[in-house]
Formats: sequence, C-alpha cells, structure tokens
Amino acid sequence: MSITEYFELVFTDYTLRTITLGTAVLGAICGMLGSFAVLRKQSLLGDAISHAALPGIAIAFLITGAKDSNVLMLGALVSGLIGTFWIRGIITKTHLKSDTALGLILSLFFGFGMLLLTFIQKQPNANQAGLDKYLFGQAATLVEKDVTIMVIVTGICLIVLLLFWKEFKILLFDADYTKTLGFNTKFIDILITFFIVLAIVLGLQTVGVVLMSALLLAPAAAARQWTNSLKVMIILAAIFGAFSGVLGTAISASDNNLSTGPVIVLVAGVFVLFSFIFSPERGILFREIRFRKNRNDLQLKKTLQFMYGIAKTHENISHPHAIRILNNFQGFTKGSLRTMEEKEWIQLKGQEWSLTSVGFEEAKNLFNQQKND
Amino acid sequence: MEQKFAIKVDDLTVAYDYKPVLWDIDLAVPEGVLMAIVGPNGAGKSTLIKAVLGIIKPIAGSISIYDKPYKEQRKLVAYVPQKGSVDWDFPTTAIDVVMMGTYGSLGWIKRPGQKEKKAALEALEKVGMLPFKNRQISQLSGGQQQRVFLARALVQNASIYFMDEPFQGVDASTEIAIINILKELRKAGKTLVVVHHDLQTVPEYFDWVTFLNVKKIAAGPVKEIFNDDNLTKTYGINYKVAINK
Repeated sequence: MSITEYFELVFTDYTLRTITLGTAVLGAICGMLGSFAVLRKQSLLGDAISHAALPGIAIAFLITGAKDSNVLMLGALVSGLIGTFWIRGIITKTHLKSDTALGLILSLFFGFGMLLLTFIQKQPNANQAGLDKYLFGQAATLVEKDVTIMVIVTGICLIVLLLFWKEFKILLFDADYTKTLGFNTKFIDILITFFIVLAIVLGLQTVGVVLMSALLLAPAAAARQWTNSLKVMIILAAIFGAFSGVLGTAISASDNNLSTGPVIVLVAGVFVLFSFIFSPERGILFREIRFRKNRNDLQLKKTLQFMYGIAKTHENISHPHAIRILNNFQGFTKGSLRTMEEKEWIQLKGQEWSLTSVGFEEAKNLFNQQKND
Repeated sequence: MEQKFAIKVDDLTVAYDYKPVLWDIDLAVPEGVLMAIVGPNGAGKSTLIKAVLGIIKPIAGSISIYDKPYKEQRKLVAYVPQKGSVDWDFPTTAIDVVMMGTYGSLGWIKRPGQKEKKAALEALEKVGMLPFKNRQISQLSGGQQQRVFLARALVQNASIYFMDEPFQGVDASTEIAIINILKELRKAGKTLVVVHHDLQTVPEYFDWVTFLNVKKIAAGPVKEIFNDDNLTKTYGINYKVAINK
C-alpha cells in the first residue's frame, strides 16, 4: 500500500479509520499536555514517566496472564504514577537535583521493566509474544475500544483544562504568587501531572516507552515558535500533534511496515525543524533577515545624519551639495543613496544631493524616535 | 492612643535544612508605614516576607495580619516577588500578567471579565505601562517588567503590600516612578514592607526600617534608629567608614 492509497482508504476502511483516529487524538492530547511540561521546564519528566510505566505493563501481564490493552494500561498508569511520586519525593527529601532524580527513576524502572520482559519471554505462556511492542509502539494493534478510551480521556482533559484554565496558567507562570492568592498549588500541580501521566500511558501502545516523550515535547516546542499566547500555543500544539500522529501512521502503514513510534516522532521532529527555521518572529531565517534589514536601515540613517550635519549649516536646508563631499564618510553606496531618494529623504541631481524637508525632520528626530520605540 | 499593628510576627524561626535562616524574630509593623527591610545577603529578608505570606513554612512562631492569621486575611495582602523569580519568556502579555492580580478575589474556576480588565488597565496606567499593555512580556525591559509586577499587586487592591527588591536592576526613572507610587499608597493609608538594598536612599524613601541579619537587630522609625550603630551591628562593618575609604 502506498501513501496515496492509504489516504484513499482511510475514510472507507474500518481498521485504517480506527488507527488514524486513534493516533490523531493521541497526538492532540499529547501536544496539549506537552505544552504544560515544556513551559514548566519539566520536559524530561515525560521521558521518565514513560520509562517508569514499563514494569507496570509487565506486572499487569504477569498477574492477569492476558494481553488486554486496558489492563496493561492500568498497570502502566500505576507504575508511572509511582515513578512520578518517587521523583518528587527524591527532589524534596534529598539534596539531589531534579535531573538526577529523573535519570535515576527512569533507568531503574526501565531496567526493572526490561528484566521482567525477558523473564516473561521465557515463560511457556503462548500469549506472551508481542509485549515488546510496547517498547517502540505499533499503531496497527489499536482497536476501537482503545480509541474510545483515548477520546474519553481527551474529552475529560479538555473539560478540566477549560475549567481550571486560569489556575493552570498562573501556576505555570508564578507558583509562589499563586500560593499567596490562596490557591492550593499542590492540587493544581498534581492535576497537571496526573493528566501528563495519563497522556503518556495512552500513547505507550502506539508510540512506545522509548520515544513517548518526544510526542509530548515536539509539538509543544514547535507551537511555541509561532505564538506568544498560551491559548494559541496549546491549540497549535494539539494540531501539530494530531498531524504528526496521522502522517506518521500513514507512512508507517504504507509499503515498508515501519515501526509507528519512530515514524510519528520523526514527523513531529520535522514540524519542530520547520518551526525553528520558518516561524516569523522566533525563527532563525526571519531573525537573520530582520537583523540584516536593521543593519541596512541603520547605515541609511547614519548617512542621513551626516547629511543633516552638513545641511543644517546652510540657511536653505535643500541647498544642493556634491556627492563627493560625502566621501570622507564611508557608509554610503550609490544603491543606498537611491534608497534614500525613494524614501524622499533626499533628491539626487547629477552629481549633487539635497536634503528634503522630510529628510531633515527625519534626521532631526532620529534619536527621539529610537527612544520612544 | 494605642497604635494599630498591620503585621505582627512572634518568635518566628525558619530553617532550610539545619541552618537557621531566621532566628526568633519578633516584629510589629504599625499600620500606614513605608518600611524597608535591610540587611546583608543571606540575612533572610526575602525569607521573612515569604514566611509571612505562607510560601515558606516556618519551624516555629506565629504571624498575624490585623490580629488574624494570614489565611483569613489574604485579600488584604498583595505581593510583588523578585523579578528574577519567573520566566519572562512565558507566552503571555503585560495586561494578562496584571490580570493575574485579580485571580485571588475571583477564586477557583471563575474567569476574569470586564470589571477585572478595567482594573488591570487602570493599574497599567498608574505605572505608566498602558502603551505596552499588549506587548509580549519577554519584549519588555527590566524596568518595564518590574512595573508590570507592581501593577499586578496594585489590582489586588490590598491594605498591605510586600515587595521583594522592587528597585533591583531598574533605571533611575523607573525607580522614581515606583517610589512615587509607594509614597502615594502610604498616603492612602496602606502599609508597605519593602526589601531594600540601597542604604543611601533609605532615609529619603522610607519612614520605618527593620535591620535584619538572621536575627532582628532593630526596628523602628528611620529618624530614630537608622544610625551607624545599627548599621554596624547588621553588616558587621562600620558602613560609613568603609564607603568613605
């Protein structure tokens, strides 16, 4: 199946529709909650949580002996939450910094999870095959029941987000101040963290333990480039996440049968790269263009200032002067003089220039203007 | 006539880990004063404010605002944190930050409306930031950011203001603008507690002062207690002699 075939089939084929809807919803909720993680500078928390979820999946399987995705997810949720609380505990109770706590929990839980997986693989239970799918994810295993859960959780998350929008926003910006206003910051904090854990757990089946944090962070990082409004950022992150999910699934479902997780993450990475370069305000490209334009503008203004210095000694400000006398001032070219004429700052006549009244006023107010900007 | 105290602190002790940061502080701030807290780095000035505001939990001691615990008097108190305590690259605008000052009286879930917006605009006007109301906060200068923080406290419409180094890293014109607002607030009968670093300006700006260096060294009217003796006790050097060298 090629990608074009995929998009032809997506609306008619039941399985494809389910999978696509699932990854889209997953991308959206991850983008939304990822924005919070990024703004709280807790980007690595997602990585730690997703790795911490692995032993939960293995233990849930060991207990039930079945590969029911809901049960496994519940296991993942419990062990993800335990990991999160241990991280918080380590940070508050010891002198260790948060990166140490995150790294510690991430590797310990992941190591334990891998140990359990290899143990499970040695069991005679025929059911065990396929648990390792949770490492890199496989969208093809999504069934309608999984997608329904995703949609419900996303719906709840949206409602909570809308209800506590003001509280989330102020906590993200200034936690101490929020406390002085009488809000229970611990409650808001736990609410946000709980939903981040939930989003991660939802994504494990599709994207996998190892790469889950990228789906959380990449759409948010890309969205931050395009806007200075929290609301717009979260909406954009959801859109980027949804598109990453759909495109990633499309590519991985076509011909080569690639692992879904890595493909989705790479698509999200393309969004990030594109945003870093092309976003109008923060992007590298336009920043460079603005920088050059400013430099040229300044050069013009310096020339104008020099002309002003000459012109103001004359009674008639538009008294013509030879271009030659600008020679001991190096910062002009024929091109820049022409630009200045286009701006109607000066008039050029043969080898002579004269200041216009517009140019005179501009030069006179040059410094005041910069101050008022 | 008996003097009314806006803030009373009794036997307050705060420690991070094992080291006490504040030791057995007793403090009574009369209503309507503009008070500076001065002391060397690490003297616990910010900590004192944070403990009074309930941000930090003290080991011992009690705090009251107009004779009641802080929790019951929250709406009487406004806070201006240190400018460096937040990330100014946060995606929001100046007016949005000022509106946060209204969140406390709104309470949970309820969103700010026209009334809150009007209050925020008035506060921005007062600090001379109205032209910048829609500007992304990262694009404000340090002085402008400080003014936005001050405006956010102004919309809280409180009786007591706590400010943590509001003059830090601002230029002369902003410093004058801020001190004028503080003096105006005092005239309106408000009580102001300001962590301050510039000893030169204490007599000019403030009428009350607390010397702090883990313990309280002295507290009282600037005219009476702002002298070499207390400065030396607080900073451990003869301040005037040291700067004249």
